[in-house]
Amino acid sequence: MAATADGAGGDGVTRRDFLEYAAGGMGAVGAAATAWAFIDNMNPAADVLALSTTEVDLEAIEPGQAITVVWQKKPVFVRRRTEAEIREAEDTPLDSLPDPEADADRVQKAEWLILVGVCTHLGCIPLGQKDTDEKGEYGGWFCPCHGSHYDTSGRIRKGPAPENLPVPPYQFLDDTRILIG
Amino acid sequence: MAAPRFENPIVRWIDYRLPVFTFMHHEMHEYPTPKNLNYWWNFGSLAGFMLIVMIVTGIMLAMHYTPHVDHAFDSVERIRRDVPFGWLIQFIHMNGASFFFILVYIHIFRGLYYGSYKSPREILWILGVVILLLMMATAFMGYVLPWGQMSFWGATVITNLFSAIPLVGEHIVSWLWGGFAVDNPTLNRFYSLHYLLPFIIVGVVVLHVVALHTHGSNNPLGIEARGKQDSIPFHPYYTIKDMFGLGAFLTIFCLFVFFAPDYLGHPDNYVPANPLVTPPHIVPEWYFLPFYAILRAIPDKLLGVVAMFAAIAVLFILPWLDRSPVRSARFRPIYRQVFWLLVLDCLVLGYIGSQPAEGWYIHIGRLATIYYFAHFFVILPLLSVFERPRPLPLSIGEPVLGGGSPPPRGAGGTGAMERA
Ligand code: HEM
Ligand code: FES
Repeated sequence: MAATADGAGGDGVTRRDFLEYAAGGMGAVGAAATAWAFIDNMNPAADVLALSTTEVDLEAIEPGQAITVVWQKKPVFVRRRTEAEIREAEDTPLDSLPDPEADADRVQKAEWLILVGVCTHLGCIPLGQKDTDEKGEYGGWFCPCHGSHYDTSGRIRKGPAPENLPVPPYQFLDDTRILIG
Repeated sequence: MAAPRFENPIVRWIDYRLPVFTFMHHEMHEYPTPKNLNYWWNFGSLAGFMLIVMIVTGIMLAMHYTPHVDHAFDSVERIRRDVPFGWLIQFIHMNGASFFFILVYIHIFRGLYYGSYKSPREILWILGVVILLLMMATAFMGYVLPWGQMSFWGATVITNLFSAIPLVGEHIVSWLWGGFAVDNPTLNRFYSLHYLLPFIIVGVVVLHVVALHTHGSNNPLGIEARGKQDSIPFHPYYTIKDMFGLGAFLTIFCLFVFFAPDYLGHPDNYVPANPLVTPPHIVPEWYFLPFYAILRAIPDKLLGVVAMFAAIAVLFILPWLDRSPVRSARFRPIYRQVFWLLVLDCLVLGYIGSQPAEGWYIHIGRLATIYYFAHFFVILPLLSVFERPRPLPLSIGEPVLGGGSPPPRGAGGTGAMERA
C-alpha cells in the first residue's frame, strides 16, 4: 500500500486526516488540562486543608451532659452518656437500623460519645445538646430542618437523613483529655 | 422590508455604517403584533424592566458591600443606616428579587394557559426555563450575601443537596464550599457569581427575544395572526400599554419598598450567621417554597433532590408532553380546569413548604407532589388524545368583525391549516 503524492492510502485515509485528528486530539487534551486548573481552583486551599486538631478537656462534663466544640469549622458533640443511655444504644437490634452499626464500633469508651454534629441529610445542626432541647423519639438528637431522629449512639433512626452521625478521628490523651483530628 | 428613510442626517450617516436605527425601526414600528393581546402579555416586558433594576441597584450595592464573613452582615446594615439612600437601594434590590419572581411566575403561567410553548415557540419556551434556572441561582447566591442566619443555613442546606449524588457527592460539596463547611471562600465565590449571572441572564434574554420576534407573540386565541387586519405595530400601541402596566406594577412595588420592606423577608436573617446553631425553623425565600415542599415530600435523600430538580426540568419537555394541537385554554374545556388545579396545587405546595415537616403537612405535601407530576406526565398526554377542543375562530379579527364560514373541522392552532 504505497503512499501517493497527497498521502492517501488505499482506504482513502490521507496524511492530512491523521494530522487533523492528532492536532485536534492534542488540542482537546490541552483544553481539558487547562479546564482542570480552573475547576481545581475552587477546591479547599492549602491553608484550609492544613489539618487542624482540637483538644477537649472532659473533666467538667457530668453524666448526661454534653458539650459542643469546634473542629475544622464543624461542631463536634461530646456527650457523657448515662448508664441507661448506653444500655439502650447497646441493646438496639442492628436490623432495626437504617445504617446498621454496633454501638461498640462507634465509641472508644462507652461513656464518651463523640460525633460530628452535622446532620447527614442536608447539613443542619441537630438539637439535643442542651437539657432543654428536643432530643427526638430516640433520646439522642433531633434535626429540626426536615425531622431526622438520632438515637443515643448518634445513629439515624427516623427521617430523611441517610447515615449515622459520623465519628471523627480522636484519641484519649489521658483519662480526662481527648484530641480530635 | 426596505430600510426606512430617516430625516435626521446624523442618524442617516450612522445608520449607513451601523444600521441600529433600521434595526430599531424594524423591531418597534414594523414588528407586527397581534391586536388582541390582553394584560397577561405585559409581564415579559415588566420582567425585563425588573432585570435592569436589579442590575443597576446591585452595582450600587456592590460599591459599599464587603464580601467577608466578619464584615458582610455589618456592611449591609451600614448600607441601610449610613450610606446616603442606601436604605432605598437595598430595599429595592431585596424586594426587587421577590417581585422579579412574581412577574416571571405569572409570565410562565400565562404561557401555560395560552399554550405559548407549542410549535413554533418551543425554543423560546426552553430559553425561558433556562432564564428561570439562572434567576434561581442568582437569587439564592444573593440571599447568602448579607450573611444572616437564613443566608448561612440556606446556603448549607442547598449546597448539601449535591451531597446526595452517589460517590462524588461529598467532593462536589467541598468543591462548592472551598472548605469543610460554608465559610469565607463560599461567600466570596457566591459574590463573584452573583455579580456575573445577571449579565448571563441578559444574554439569554436577548436570545429569548430573538426567538420571540422570529414568529411573533402568541395571543389569547392561540391562532396565528393572518395578515394586516389581525395585527398592529408594536409602537406606539403596545409601548403605551406596557407603560401603563409598568405604572400599575410600580405602584404596588413601591408600597412594599416604602411601607413594608421586610414583609416578604424572614426575621432570622437579621441575626448574624452562626455556624454552630441552626434556627429551629428554616425556610427558603417564598419563591422557592413549592420546590422545597417537593424536596421534603420524599423521605429518601437522593430521590427528594431528584424530584425537586425534575419539577423544573419537566418544563423543558412540556412542548412534547402536551400534544394537543390547540394552543389556547379558551378552546380546551378540560385543560382549562386542570390548569387552575395546577395553579392551586402550586399554591398548596408553597404553603406546605413554609410549614414544619410533620403530621398532616407531610401527607398533604406528598399528595400535592404526586398531583404536580401527574399533571405533566399523565393528565396532559391523556388530554392530548381524549379532549375535544371547541371550534377555533378563523382569524383574530373574525369574532369581532364577523363574517367568514364556520371553521373547518379539526383545524388546530398549530395544524397545517394555520400555516397555509
Ligand atoms: C437577576 C438579578 C438579581 C437578583 C434576582 C438578585 C437577588 C439578590 C438577593 C435576593 C439579595 C439579598 C438581599 C437581602 O436579603 O438583603 C441580593 C443581594 C445583593 N446583590 Fe443582588 N440580585 C440580582 C442582581 C445583582 C447584580 C447585577 C449585582 C451587582 C453586582 C448585585 C449585587 C448584590 C449585592 C452587593 C448584594 C448584597 C447586599 C444586600 O444584601 O442587599 N445583585 N441580590
Ligand atoms: S438537614 Fe437534618 S433533617 Fe434535613
